[in-house]
Amino acid sequence: MSRWAVTCPIQTRMAPPPDTIPTPPPVAAPNVAPAPELVVELSGIGHRFGDNQALADLDLTVPTARITVLLGPNGAGKTTAIRVITGALVPMTGRVTTFGLDPDAQGHLVRPRCGVVSAKPALYDRLSGRDNLLYSAELYGLGRDIDDRIDEVAGRFGIADALGDAVGGYSTGMKTRLALARSVLHDPELLLFDEPTSGLDPESSHAVLDLIREMTNEGCTVVMCTHLLAEAEGLADHVVMMEGGTDMISGSPKELTEQFWPHPIVRLQAEDPRLLDRVAGWPGVAAYRRDPAGARLEIDDIGRLPDMIASLVADGVRLTRVEPHEPTLEDLYFTIRRQRGGSTEDPDHHALAPVSPGWAPRHQPVPPVLDIDPSTSASAPDTVWVEDAASSTTASSTTASSTTGSSTTGTPTTASSTAAGQDRT
Amino acid sequence: MTTIVPESRSASPRPRSTRHVAATAQFDRHRMWVVTRTELRQLIQSKDYWIPMVLLGSLFFLIIPAILLLIITRVGNISVVQQASQALQVLPQAAQEKIQGGTPQGRTAYALAVYLFAPVAVVVPLTISTAVGAASLVGERERGTGEFLAHSPASVREIYLGKLFASFVPGYLTVLVGFGSYALMVNLLVGPQVGGWFFPTPEWLVMMFWIIPPFLLLTLSLVLRLSARVKSTAAAQQASGLITLPLIGIAYAQATGTLMGTSASTGWVLGAIAWVLAVISLHRGVRSVTRNRLLGVAQ
Repeated sequence: MSRWAVTCPIQTRMAPPPDTIPTPPPVAAPNVAPAPELVVELSGIGHRFGDNQALADLDLTVPTARITVLLGPNGAGKTTAIRVITGALVPMTGRVTTFGLDPDAQGHLVRPRCGVVSAKPALYDRLSGRDNLLYSAELYGLGRDIDDRIDEVAGRFGIADALGDAVGGYSTGMKTRLALARSVLHDPELLLFDEPTSGLDPESSHAVLDLIREMTNEGCTVVMCTHLLAEAEGLADHVVMMEGGTDMISGSPKELTEQFWPHPIVRLQAEDPRLLDRVAGWPGVAAYRRDPAGARLEIDDIGRLPDMIASLVADGVRLTRVEPHEPTLEDLYFTIRRQRGGSTEDPDHHALAPVSPGWAPRHQPVPPVLDIDPSTSASAPDTVWVEDAASSTTASSTTASSTTGSSTTGTPTTASSTAAGQDRT
Repeated sequence: MTTIVPESRSASPRPRSTRHVAATAQFDRHRMWVVTRTELRQLIQSKDYWIPMVLLGSLFFLIIPAILLLIITRVGNISVVQQASQALQVLPQAAQEKIQGGTPQGRTAYALAVYLFAPVAVVVPLTISTAVGAASLVGERERGTGEFLAHSPASVREIYLGKLFASFVPGYLTVLVGFGSYALMVNLLVGPQVGGWFFPTPEWLVMMFWIIPPFLLLTLSLVLRLSARVKSTAAAQQASGLITLPLIGIAYAQATGTLMGTSASTGWVLGAIAWVLAVISLHRGVRSVTRNRLLGVAQ
């Protein structure tokens, strides 16, 4: 049976509302599942375009039949990495292996096994959609008698009715679909998508991401570049965060978030948020942070939460919201960027500092996560940090000024939070 | 030990298709023709390109020669024709001996038909091919389709030669169609006065099939090298104009020499030299196309 026998024309699909977007499938933790075969291995890759260092000591592995997302801002080197994988660009330094082959010397064996969708759809506007697909089919050695195959793939991507039209008249979404159809026409083993949803409306984006997920389920290996965190969330099996041409961190989203936030996170809101500060010193509270909207705390066991709520209520705190928080790739991304000194303009994510003491980003030492201004912490502040509160015996007595510039194991707090903690204990 | 396999990944990997044709590092002629054919298909879709070219060809191959020949053959003022006929004395003796016709009108028309329009044979096709070739590689980069080619299995040699032949075909087609039409026209207008159909002469056949092709290829090999290097189609057009002008001059001189040469072998020798130069230039031109240049990231 053809692999495309079960077609799902994407034009008939409606994007589900945000709250019904399916959660990503569980990803096997590496310590319990056999390590997947690697399709791509980049090691110490460096490349310059004039004065611009496009790639710098990039290490990257792509496991088989998984979606690997290269995540990073513009200029991070994602597109260049894609080019290196197929051998379209030969790096100045480092070692590249794709399918166990050297794409530079054996590109003629590597490229037929890859399907690429570049950031621009790279289509021939004067030709019809069918001619674009036919051109690709012939370049990839499929021959000319493949009308059935073209119709099949076009149907899958919802462009069958437009195949006879010149591509110049296509909408951006249709062009992207055509580019996707072209990339899978020759049944590649490795799909490389560079910002595949760029310029698409939300519904088309969702449909494209669904298709990418489907292709991986059918055994394809996918490498996708994006700077859209929401896009990677729920899609990525393996994330490589890039910046400045190098990989900052990589792993499955679950691994990475657990590495940064090993404890459950709960967000609390109360009519008077400052009354929540008493929680900081309670047993089991690994980290506490308050901002004007409420408080976010990490606790060693989610089972403590009912007792904590009961205690707060008993203390007269009028809670308005109690919400478990699952750290997202977005949290992770901004945290890592902030730690590396990159700009993060999202103050909310500034708050989500990891408490993992052992983690250190590659290539750079860990800068201090906790760095509060003593002048603002001396009086009742809007933001309060307590890290590892439960395990630190000095949590209730350490002043903010004494912990300025401390590492992740430090315990900055304030007079008010200290008092709250002492009251409770 | 428990092995967790995600549900969506639990299906065994599908068997790979066997459609892949074993790719080898060898030159794939079919793939080259695919590039050529697709390029030509795009040209056919580009009315804004081929309509001006058809007009240009019609002007030089039909309209201007027809007007001139009609004036010569139908003019009533015999002294004007005689003056034109005397001007033919500047032609080499070998060429003068080949002029047919029993009347001054006939001899003048014959000379103009065979010798005056020689430049047309090289100027028009070279112009047409250069216009296509200049945009071919840099155009891929400008449209973003160079990325597709760079990631494709096509080798740079297949791409280069595919593009080159796609540029060659319109120009040489112009030669064949243009001179086919021209032959019909001059034979109808001048033939009755010179004793029958006379065109194309053997020298013209040598020029069309032996001299013009290598000159086209030589010019295109240079133009494509430019197209691979410059940053925009406009720059490619400008630069290729500088290259092709001297070549047009040389080609014109060669064509004239062939037509008016004293020896029948002159054309063959000139053509052979042009072929050697073309092959050398083509061989060197392949190096100008790199995947970096298709991507637009060459240093």
